[in-house]
Amino acid sequence: MNQEVEKLIKYLEEKARCLRCHIIRMLAEAGSGHPGGSLSAVEIVTALYFHVLRLDPRNPSWPDRDRFVLSKGHAAPLLYAALAEKGFFPVEELLTLRKLGSRLQGHPDLRKVPGVEASTGSLGQGLSIGLGIALAGKIDRKNYRVYVLLGDGEIQEGQVWEAAMAAAHYRADNLTAIVDYNGLQIDGPVAEVLSPLPLAEKWRSFGWEVRESDGHNFRELLEAFSWAARVQGKPSLVIARTVKGKGVPFMENAVDWHGKAPTKEQAEEALAALKVL
Amino acid sequence: MLESGSRQRKVATREAYGQVLVELGKRYPELVVLDADLSKSTKTAEFAKVFPDRFFNMGIAEQNLMGTAAGLALAGKIPCVSTFAVFATGRAYDQIRNSIAYPALDVKIIASHAGITVGEDGASHQAIEDISLMRSLPNMAVIVPADATETKKAVAAAVAHRGPVYVRLGRPPVPVLFGEDYKFRFGEAVVLREGSDAVIFATGIMVGEALKAAERLAARGSQVAVVNVHTIKPLDVETVVRLARKTGAVVTAEEHTIYGGLGSAVAEVLGEHCPAPLVRVGIRDRFGESGKPDELMKAFGLTADDIIRAVEIVQKRRDCLLGK
Ligand SMILES: Cc1ncc(C[n+]2csc(CCOP(=O)(O)OP(=O)(O)O)c2C)c(N)n1
Ligand SMILES: [Mg+2]
Repeated sequence: MNQEVEKLIKYLEEKARCLRCHIIRMLAEAGSGHPGGSLSAVEIVTALYFHVLRLDPRNPSWPDRDRFVLSKGHAAPLLYAALAEKGFFPVEELLTLRKLGSRLQGHPDLRKVPGVEASTGSLGQGLSIGLGIALAGKIDRKNYRVYVLLGDGEIQEGQVWEAAMAAAHYRADNLTAIVDYNGLQIDGPVAEVLSPLPLAEKWRSFGWEVRESDGHNFRELLEAFSWAARVQGKPSLVIARTVKGKGVPFMENAVDWHGKAPTKEQAEEALAALKVL
Repeated sequence: MLESGSRQRKVATREAYGQVLVELGKRYPELVVLDADLSKSTKTAEFAKVFPDRFFNMGIAEQNLMGTAAGLALAGKIPCVSTFAVFATGRAYDQIRNSIAYPALDVKIIASHAGITVGEDGASHQAIEDISLMRSLPNMAVIVPADATETKKAVAAAVAHRGPVYVRLGRPPVPVLFGEDYKFRFGEAVVLREGSDAVIFATGIMVGEALKAAERLAARGSQVAVVNVHTIKPLDVETVVRLARKTGAVVTAEEHTIYGGLGSAVAEVLGEHCPAPLVRVGIRDRFGESGKPDELMKAFGLTADDIIRAVEIVQKRRDCLLGK
């Protein structure tokens, strides 16, 4: 049993490393994009796509599938890398990111890319969309679950709290949100720009079950997701403590790496660091 | 097709919406309805009574209202979303843009209390730019019914249509213009009255005013065509061009700002296909104000008499161009 868990975690760690390499290559090739918030959420997205979510890449619109909504749509490179590795489209296509004619738009377009569940990019909208999908699941008595990834700056948007209130009101226990708590947004630390803290107390007072997790530790993340699936009568929130730019030393915790691509040389340096990881 | 003047009853378009929604709820099991604490005013409360499990009151939170509707549509539902037009299109514009129109989701935004006929509540509640906002969004269709009969058919057509639709409804009772045999076809303007001396393209409650205007003009020997442009997007370009060519004198009439609504849409078509003198009857770059609906219609220049004046002006311009 324990051995199996070890194996799973090794597998997920390897996947995470692979996704990080894709992200760096994609951004360097595109010449623009968002590395920091893509890298901070790698373990969250890896745990979901390679263990938690019930999906069928050959049938992306399978009605009973679990849904993942990337509300912080600027982390599109991470989502695309996970979808490609999962088999929704060829891995080679990743390098077309942000180019004219590519399906891989700068922010996710659900009509273009199989596996993308929501068109996001305008921050603050994904939790509402996830709630709508969750409510439809309740009406239809389906047992799919909906996961929504939010940024810790993103939750400054009022709509997030409208959705938080509504999800608790409608007892959407098939809805789980994850806050990528990397502490940074564009203009600086979230606590300095406009503090959304304390997170747990706010969400609890809105009627959510809340749990914190190390956002880079698969053991903790998997535990948090299985806890979330057991919560009844309330929506659940996982506050995932992360490091922006995680895995690339010169990008870690660096506000400047929110929204710029590495040069070819910087990408080489990043990939070298990721290989020894 | 047209009801005769003497028999004219008055029914609010939102009232007709409340009724047809219940019928559609029976026909479409996937139809769900969302409101933002205005279900008694928008008349979605009727649906809520009959189908409580398919009705969601999302509270006074219009951005989440639109986003939740998007999610429901993604999971196979047909959401009809209602609130006042000003809040639907203004407060939640970016949500409509990015969560609904861009992914072309099957969400029907059916907003009531559009235009100045909201009345006493005043400018804060009078959407005068909603057609303009919705018309400029790719994938979005825009329908403005003229009466209760048309509202029922238009809402049914909107639900049957694939993709996002904005339907604009009003608060006060308005004359029932059309009988049950009236045919509504999405995207097809209806020529209610033929004529070659001028053409009035009208939408919403201005269709009734346009008919009155044409009748009075006919009594003076001037035959003016009246076209009900219920679908503002996609616009029936063929009908606009045909009648503009035939008459050479065009008037538009809408309870909406002259910027970006029906008048603009027709001007765009004339400009590209068949330049012709045009006078737009509409709200001229100002906000609404408090008052009784009919007082406001007069004060804002939105009556049959205003349309008659517009017809006379545009005919003079045409004749001037023709060297008459
Ligand atoms: C509505 C909206 N406003 C502003 C932006 C521009 N923007 C893109 S990312 C970002 C910061 C996001 O910070 P956070 O949510 O913490 O994301 P992360 O740190 O995970 O990258 C901003 C302001 C946007 N995309 N949408
Ligand atoms: Mg952040």
